[in-house]
Amino acid sequence: MAKVTIDGHMIEVPDGTTILQAARMIGGDVVPPAMCYYSKLKTSGGYCRTCLVKVTKGSEKDPRPMPKPVASCRTPVMDGMEVQNKTAPDLLEARAGVVEFLLINHPLDCPICDQAGECSLQDLAYEHGLSRTRYEFSRRTFQKIDIGEKIKLHMTRCILCYRCVKVAEQITDGRVHGVLNRGDVSEISTYISQAVDNDFSGNMIDVCPVGALTDRTFRFKSRVWNVNPVDAHRDCPTCSGRVMLWMKGAEVFRVTARKDEYAEVLDTPDGKPGWICNTCRFDKKETKDWIVDGPSKIDRHSVISQNHYVLQEPAHKPLLNAVQAVPTSWQLENKK
Amino acid sequence: MKDIRFSEESMALVQRMMKRYPEGKHKSALIPILHIAQAEFDGWLSPEVMNYVASVMNIQSIEVYEVASFYSMFNLKPVGKCLIEVCRTSSCWLLGAEDVIRHLEKKLNIKVGETSSDGMFTLKSVECLGSCGTAPMLQVGADYYENLNLEKVDALVSRLKSEGKRKTYTDLPEPRTL
Amino acid sequence: MGKKLLLKDDHIAGIQSYDVYRKNGGYASVEKAVKTMTTEAVVEEVKKSGLRGRGGAGFPTGMKWSFLAKPPGIARYLVCNADESEPGTFKDRYLMERIPHLLIEGMITSSYALGANTSYIYIRGEYYYVARILEKAIDEAYANGWLGKNILGSEYSLDLYVQIGAGAYICGEETALLESLEGKRGNPRIKPPFPAVAGLYGCPTVVNNVETIAAVVPIVNDGGDEYAKIGIGKSTGTKLISASGHINKPGVYEIDLGVPVEEFIFSDKYCGGIRGGKKFKAVVAGGSSVPILPADLILKTAKGEPRLMSYESLADGGFATGTMLGSGGFIVMDEDTSIVKNLWNFTRFYHHESCGQCSPCREGTGWMEKILHRILDGHGTMSDIDLLWDIQGKIEGKTICPLGDAAAWPVAAAIRHFRSEFEEYIKNPKSIKDVKHYYRLNNLQSA
Repeated sequence: MAKVTIDGHMIEVPDGTTILQAARMIGGDVVPPAMCYYSKLKTSGGYCRTCLVKVTKGSEKDPRPMPKPVASCRTPVMDGMEVQNKTAPDLLEARAGVVEFLLINHPLDCPICDQAGECSLQDLAYEHGLSRTRYEFSRRTFQKIDIGEKIKLHMTRCILCYRCVKVAEQITDGRVHGVLNRGDVSEISTYISQAVDNDFSGNMIDVCPVGALTDRTFRFKSRVWNVNPVDAHRDCPTCSGRVMLWMKGAEVFRVTARKDEYAEVLDTPDGKPGWICNTCRFDKKETKDWIVDGPSKIDRHSVISQNHYVLQEPAHKPLLNAVQAVPTSWQLENKK
Repeated sequence: MKDIRFSEESMALVQRMMKRYPEGKHKSALIPILHIAQAEFDGWLSPEVMNYVASVMNIQSIEVYEVASFYSMFNLKPVGKCLIEVCRTSSCWLLGAEDVIRHLEKKLNIKVGETSSDGMFTLKSVECLGSCGTAPMLQVGADYYENLNLEKVDALVSRLKSEGKRKTYTDLPEPRTL
Repeated sequence: MGKKLLLKDDHIAGIQSYDVYRKNGGYASVEKAVKTMTTEAVVEEVKKSGLRGRGGAGFPTGMKWSFLAKPPGIARYLVCNADESEPGTFKDRYLMERIPHLLIEGMITSSYALGANTSYIYIRGEYYYVARILEKAIDEAYANGWLGKNILGSEYSLDLYVQIGAGAYICGEETALLESLEGKRGNPRIKPPFPAVAGLYGCPTVVNNVETIAAVVPIVNDGGDEYAKIGIGKSTGTKLISASGHINKPGVYEIDLGVPVEEFIFSDKYCGGIRGGKKFKAVVAGGSSVPILPADLILKTAKGEPRLMSYESLADGGFATGTMLGSGGFIVMDEDTSIVKNLWNFTRFYHHESCGQCSPCREGTGWMEKILHRILDGHGTMSDIDLLWDIQGKIEGKTICPLGDAAAWPVAAAIRHFRSEFEEYIKNPKSIKDVKHYYRLNNLQSA
């Protein structure tokens, strides 16, 4: 076990836990944003640099601070490590810089993007971005393409998080798409037009943090905040069949996996990631296909929760061990 | 269309290449094999050639596309028989690379990135080739042409034209003597 | 000039061939190491020598070697980084082309020290002909019993291969190099783990530059202490400097670390002064990534002491007034050189070579190039200078690998030392076309 302190909150975590995972165990404000890391996908993370944190003390053994900000999603904690996230102004400025980099070539077409309302980049920009851009050159654009019958790839919106590539690699067999070219003309592509055809390919849509991969069966049908998410299940021979139905009245507009507060798919009761199959996602659009479990839990800050639904319990509740806030130095001095 | 298949000699080399690495790590041979394929199949890697390499190596085609599109020496579009690569960086730039490029554009009547109408030359400007002490310089196939001036460039172009042969990285006879 | 260690035989006719190389004392270090020394003793000599990585970072080689994990039953690898791509650097090509057996000998001795039974020389694809030279040398070494099973009748066996790259500066970064060697895109890995623990094929691996490996030969032959006597302070031994740009005698020079910069530029033993009697304007001392310095600061430190060709002296004053020895790519610029356009040239390079994995480098390098292009087009504004400064600061230290830093530092240094040139271009766009260098025909018209 290792004790780590993040923004003054101490927690004891198993060895090998990353700083980001430890922060998520604490919850709340100390959790750095993550655009490319996805706990259910091996080797994900490290690319987007939004989860950078400042390590002010390396460990009990070697207390030297780390010379540069580190990607919290890929850096394991050490016993006695001290980390700053929200409490370091220079770090927040660095993060704002990363957000700006992610946005300079983004089309900012939220008004016509299906992802709006559940977009991680939108949330990130809202919290850390500037209200105006300093980038005055033409933005990078790509052709929209259909990768398979049900998935639209809108590469112009992509932030190259590599999540969809890892989904294809890790939960489907026979990856046919990947990252081509290099530098700022890198793109997600199949190179020669090829359908991504696999029972689980639809999960690429769920892991995409932006509107680069969208569900063609839901395209332009409704804004996400105008449909009501309910948890439902069916007896599916291919996957767990545990989904969220996005409904308007009695009509099912789209089907997605169930997600947690970090927009990652929830585990099924047997502890496996709740990826869903394409049949559940694309072909079961009738209420009679499903047994409804009840309204989905939606974060109370989300635009989706504006009208309805059970509020999610505050995220601050620690998941592991007791968390005690460490008094800051001025509090200690005041006590004297 | 030409049948895409390595010559017997190349195939033997490819098979040897894949055995140079530990068990199960033969993907390491991908880049050297792509060089061989590019040299053998008209100086560029068509999707068909890349699919062929994938099948020879028993890997997914996308793994080949990903790698081929990453490295600047692999041509994903057809090129002329002689790919003239002029270094444009740093010392070469300081010592007149832009003059060399402009001169070649005029002489070959093409822009950087284009192929001459007779299919003989493709002009490309590339990043530092590690020949800064003998700048400006350019590369055709495996050969370096250094300490250039415009007359040397003219002479080179005439020679390549009269030879009329395809130049590739891999067609080196013997290591050149110094 | 002190004694040459690496290039001492480069004038000998036929030194590329095994017979001549052997006759001139070649492969003595392998004999000495394999027959008379334990692997630890070889590592100890390298530690004593104070040798620092010659690829650019200058990390102590002996220490790097001692970090190598040695779990039993797991292969270890030595990989030579011959992906020399740093603009202004051509020493490794020179060394491999002239004295290929020196690198092969260094590889054998170093592999022995590290307990590696398979080693690779990863060479950039553009050096295809050099790869052929090395392959020929390796064939000769096998034929004469220096490679293969039971070298010199010992227990030690080694296979050595040349692996060819295909055009990517980023593969000079050691983890990108390992990815490329595994047949993948040259994307740098996220550290930890470091290669010393999990490198090639997940096994413990040391990656060293060509010149570093070559230096192991004289270190083992003459002893680490003897090597450490050369040089100054913690900059021990000799260093190959690739000199280029507006100088009379460009080329590769082997210097004792500690030679004064002034002597290096102006003495006939080395660069022989500035071409065409022009005035000396600036130097990029260690390859395009290191901060550019104006003439006065490269000749003397801010404290007024003579600047020396050593790791410490070149870095004196930090980035405010100093620079780095880097890879030893020494690019000299005369009075006609446009610093702004030179910077655009460098920035275009980093933009072109960014692997695209992490956002600050992928997006930031292109943004900086576009702003510089706008300034050179005569459409810059004063706020562009501050914007460039801000962007480079937001790239530096935020990326997966050092390419971000390498792209940021030249921008910062050019603004720091030559801000007035940027301002002049912006205030008076006409002046841009007057800069002689911009469209100067470099006397290429006639020889």
